[in-house]
Amino acid sequence: MTKSIRALLGATALTATAFAASAETLTIATVNNGDMIRMQGLTADFTAKTGHEVEWVTLEENVLRQRVTTDISTKGGAFDIMTIGMYETPIWGANGWLVALDDLSEEYDAADILPAMAGGLSHDGTLYAAPFYGESSMIMYRTDLMEKAGLEMPEAPTWTFIREAAAAMTDRDADINGICLRGKAGWGEGGAFITAMSNSFGARWFDMDWNAQFDTEAWANTLNFYKGMMDESGPAGYATNGFNENLSLFQQGKCGMWIDATVAASFVTNPNDSTVADSVGFALAPDNGLGKRSNWLWAWALAIPAGSQKADAAKQFVEWATSKDYIELVAANEGWANVPPGARTSLYENPNYMEVPFAKMTLQSILSADPNNSTVEESPYVGVQFAAIPEFAGIATDVSQEFSAAYAGQQTIEEALEKAQAITNDAMEAAGYR
Amino acid sequence: MATKQSRSAARMMMAPAVTLLLGWMLVPLIMTLYFSFRDYRPLSGGDRGWVGFDNYMRFVTSSAFWPSVQTTLVIVGGVLVITVCLGILLAILLDQPMWGQGVVRILVIAPFFVMPTVSALVWKNMFMDPTNGLLAHLWRFFGAEPVQWLSQASLPSLIMIVSWQWLPFATLILLTAIQSLDSEQLEAAEMDGAPSLKRFWYIILPHLSRAITIVVLIQTIFLLGLFAEIFVTTGGAFGTKTLSYLIFQRVLESQNIGLGSAGGVYAIILANIVAIFLMRIVGKNLDA
Repeated sequence: MTKSIRALLGATALTATAFAASAETLTIATVNNGDMIRMQGLTADFTAKTGHEVEWVTLEENVLRQRVTTDISTKGGAFDIMTIGMYETPIWGANGWLVALDDLSEEYDAADILPAMAGGLSHDGTLYAAPFYGESSMIMYRTDLMEKAGLEMPEAPTWTFIREAAAAMTDRDADINGICLRGKAGWGEGGAFITAMSNSFGARWFDMDWNAQFDTEAWANTLNFYKGMMDESGPAGYATNGFNENLSLFQQGKCGMWIDATVAASFVTNPNDSTVADSVGFALAPDNGLGKRSNWLWAWALAIPAGSQKADAAKQFVEWATSKDYIELVAANEGWANVPPGARTSLYENPNYMEVPFAKMTLQSILSADPNNSTVEESPYVGVQFAAIPEFAGIATDVSQEFSAAYAGQQTIEEALEKAQAITNDAMEAAGYR
Repeated sequence: MATKQSRSAARMMMAPAVTLLLGWMLVPLIMTLYFSFRDYRPLSGGDRGWVGFDNYMRFVTSSAFWPSVQTTLVIVGGVLVITVCLGILLAILLDQPMWGQGVVRILVIAPFFVMPTVSALVWKNMFMDPTNGLLAHLWRFFGAEPVQWLSQASLPSLIMIVSWQWLPFATLILLTAIQSLDSEQLEAAEMDGAPSLKRFWYIILPHLSRAITIVVLIQTIFLLGLFAEIFVTTGGAFGTKTLSYLIFQRVLESQNIGLGSAGGVYAIILANIVAIFLMRIVGKNLDA
C-alpha cells in the first residue's frame, strides 16, 4: 500500500469519525397532515446528506399546538424543532422563545419566500420560522355534480350562489351532501373557518377598544347563514367535523363542495386516495359583496426553540425541509402535484408546477388574503382567521365550543352569541385589554 | 418482639422512602397552591406576581364553573349506576356453569385493557360516526335516521363509552365477591322455597355490599379526573366540559397557570367532599 493511499484511508476514517461524532438526533414535533407525513418518508435524504438522525413526534393539530406551547412556555426542551403556524410565530418571536432565522445560507434563498408568508412568520422584520407550506382556503367542488345540477361555478362566487348550489347538489338518498364545512370545536378548527367566513359578512372579533363584537348583526348573520346552509345541505354531525373528517368525506365522494385549506387540493386530486380525483374543480372562497372574501392565510412552518442544544443541526434540517431542493426531491419522487405549496415564489414561476390544476387558484387565494386588513370595519388585530394576541387561542376555543353546540341544536344561535360575547369580554378584561 | 433499638433502626431505614414519597405528593400540591395565588401567564409576560384570591374568585364566578361541576357529577353518577347494575348482572351470569366459561370471562374483562384514548377513538370513528359508523348503518338498515351521538346525545354517549371501559373492573370485583358466597346458604333458601328474586335481594345483594362499596369508591376517584375520553370525542363541546377538562383548558389553551391552579385546588376540594360523602354513606359497609 502506497503512502498516499494509506493517508487517504486515514483521512477517510478520520472524516467518518468526525461525521459520526458531530451527528445529532433531532426530535421534531409535527402535525399529522399529508405533506408532513410525506416529509417523514424522505428523511433518509437528510440523514444521508448531514449524518443527523431524526425522531418524529406526529400529532393531531389541536394536540400539537398544546404540546409545543406547553413545552416552549415551560422551557421543557422536549423538541429541537417545532411545527408551528402564523399565530404562534410572531408572539413567540416577540417573547424571545425562538431562534432567529436571519442567517440562512445563500443557496437557501430566503428572499424567495412569498412575502405574505415571510411577513406572517416574522416579528419586527426578523424571520422566526421557515414556511414548510403556505395555504389559504378555497372552494373544492365536484365538477360532475355541478354539471348534473345544471350550474356553473364562477371563479369568484358569492355565498348566495354557494348556498343555492349546495342545495341543488344535495342528494340524501345517494349519501351526497351539497357542502362540507368545519364545525368542530377548537380555535384552529371550526373557529378558524367561521372567523374567516365572518370577515366576508362584515363581522370582526373586536372593535378598536378591544370590545367583543358578537352582539352585532354581522355575527348573527354569519352564524344563521352557516347553520341554515349546513342544516339544509351539510353532512350529518357536521358540528364534530374538522379538516380530516371533511377530507375523508370529500375523498369518499360524499361532498359536493368543500371550502378548506388550499393544501387539501393535492389530496382530493390524488387518485390513490380520492375516489373523485378526476372530477374536482377549484374556485376562490365566497364573498358577500362587502369587499372581503372568506379565505384565510396560514403557514405551517418549522421553528427552533431558543436555547436549543442542537440549534446548528436543527437549522440544517429547517433549511433542508423548506428549501427549493426539497421541493425538487418531492417532485421527483411523487410528482409536482404533491410538492408542499404556497411557500416560495419560484414554485409559481415553475412551468411544471403551473400545469397542476390547483396551482393558480392557490396562489390567487394566498395573495388575496391580507392579515393586516382582514375585516370590513377597522380592527385592532393582525390575522385573518385569528387575532394574533396570546389570549386568542383560549378565548376562541371556548367561543367555538358554544358555536358547535349551536350547530348541533343544543342551544340557539342567539344564546351562543350571548355566551361568546360574555366569555370574550371577561377574558379581555382579565387580561387588561379593556 | 421488637426492641427499642430495632424499632428506631427500622424507622431510620424507612425514612428515605417515606421522605421521597411525601415529597412526591407534596411538591406538586404545594406548587399548585403557590401558583393559584399568582398571575402566571407564560404567553403574556410570565409570572406577574401575587394576586391573592383573585384566581379563586375568577374561576368560581366564571360561567363555565358550575356547569362543569354538574357535568362531572352527572358523568360520575351515570357511569357508577350503569357499571354497578350491569356489573352485578354480569357477575351473576359469569358465575353460572357454562361452556367456554374461561374465554367468556376474558372477553368480558378485555375492554379494561384497552387504553382510554384508543377506546374513545374506536367508539367515535367506528361506532358513533353519523356517516360511516356501525350504529349509523344499523339505524339506516331499520329505516331510521342515524343518531348524531357525540353532538346531540353527547353526555349519554360519553357515559356509554366510559361505562364500557369500567364495566369489566366492576364485574371482576363483584364476581370475586359472588364466588366467596356460601353456596349452602343459597341452597337452604332454595329448599325453603325462596324465589330467585328474593334470594338475590336478601342473600346475594347484602353479601355484595362491601364489593359494591369498593367499586363505587375506586371508580369515583378515577372518574372525577376523567379527561382522555372527552378530549378525543367532543373536545369539551356540547356540554361535556368536566371540571378537570375546564382546568386543562385554562392551563393549556388559555395558558393561564394561576387560574388553572386555582381550579385544581377546587377539584381537590370537590374530590374530598365526594369522597367523605361516599365514605359516610357507603363506607360504613367496610367496617362490617
